[in-house]
Amino acid sequence: MSKINFNCNEANHVCDKNQYREASLWEKIKLNFHLIYCRACRKYSSRNVKLTKLINSKNVHALDEDCKKQLQRTINKELAKQQ
Amino acid sequence: MAKHVIDPNNWIKLYADYLYNYTITRVNDKVIAQDLVSETFLAGLKSMANFKGEASERTWLISILKRKIIDHYRKINSIKGKAEVRMSFNTGNEDEGDWIEERVADPFDKTAEDTLENSELGDAIYNCIGKLPQKQADVFKMKTILGYETETICNELNITASNLWVIIHRARTSLAECLEKNWF
Repeated sequence: MSKINFNCNEANHVCDKNQYREASLWEKIKLNFHLIYCRACRKYSSRNVKLTKLINSKNVHALDEDCKKQLQRTINKELAKQQ
Repeated sequence: MAKHVIDPNNWIKLYADYLYNYTITRVNDKVIAQDLVSETFLAGLKSMANFKGEASERTWLISILKRKIIDHYRKINSIKGKAEVRMSFNTGNEDEGDWIEERVADPFDKTAEDTLENSELGDAIYNCIGKLPQKQADVFKMKTILGYETETICNELNITASNLWVIIHRARTSLAECLEKNWF
C-alpha cells in the first residue's frame, strides 16, 4: 500500500510531466490511484489537461531562440548606428 | 498617469513572441511573420523619438505592426493584380444535374467563427503569459510551445531539472487560473 501512495506534491509533479508525455507507466498508475481519492488533485489535473489542449490547438506560436538572437543582433546594430 | 519609458534592449525578450504570434494568426506564413516582426522592431527604433509615453510599449509596437501587416497585404495584392473572388453556382449546360446542395459548405468543416476564435485564443494565451514573471514565461514557452527537451532548456538557462519542473508547475497553475478567468 505504501508503494502506491503518494502525496499531492508528487501527484502534481507527475501530472505536469504527463502533459509533456514524460511520465512513466508506473507514475501514471500511481497518479490515477491518487486521483481516485484526492479531490484537489483531480481539479488541478483537469485544469492542466485543459490548458494543454488549448495550447496544442496549433494556434499558439513562438519564435525560436536562434531567430530571436538574430533579431537582437539586428537591433543592436541599428542602435549602435543611431548613437 | 505614469509615463511609459521606452527601452529597446528588452524588446525581443518581452515582445518578440507576442508580436510573432499576433502576426502569424493574420498572415499564415512563418517567414513572412518573422520578417514583419523584425521590420516592426526596426521601424520602432527609427521612430523612437515619436514615442510619447501615452501608451505602453507593447501597444505602441502592436500599432506599428498592424500598419506593417496592412502594407504586406497591399503589396501582395498589387502583385497578384487584385484579389478577386469569383463565384458561379451554375457554370453552364455541362453541369446540368449538378445540385446546388453539393456546393454548400460542409457544416462539419471549420467555420469562420472557429478560426476567429482560435486566433483570439492565441492572443489570450499570450496575454496571460505576459502576466507571468519573466523566467516562468521563458521556461514555459520553451518547454510547451517550442517543445524543447528538458535537458536543452536546463543547459540554456543554467537550471536543474527539478528546478525546471517547479517553474513549469507555477507557470501552469497561474496560466490555468488566468485563462479560466479570461477565456472559458
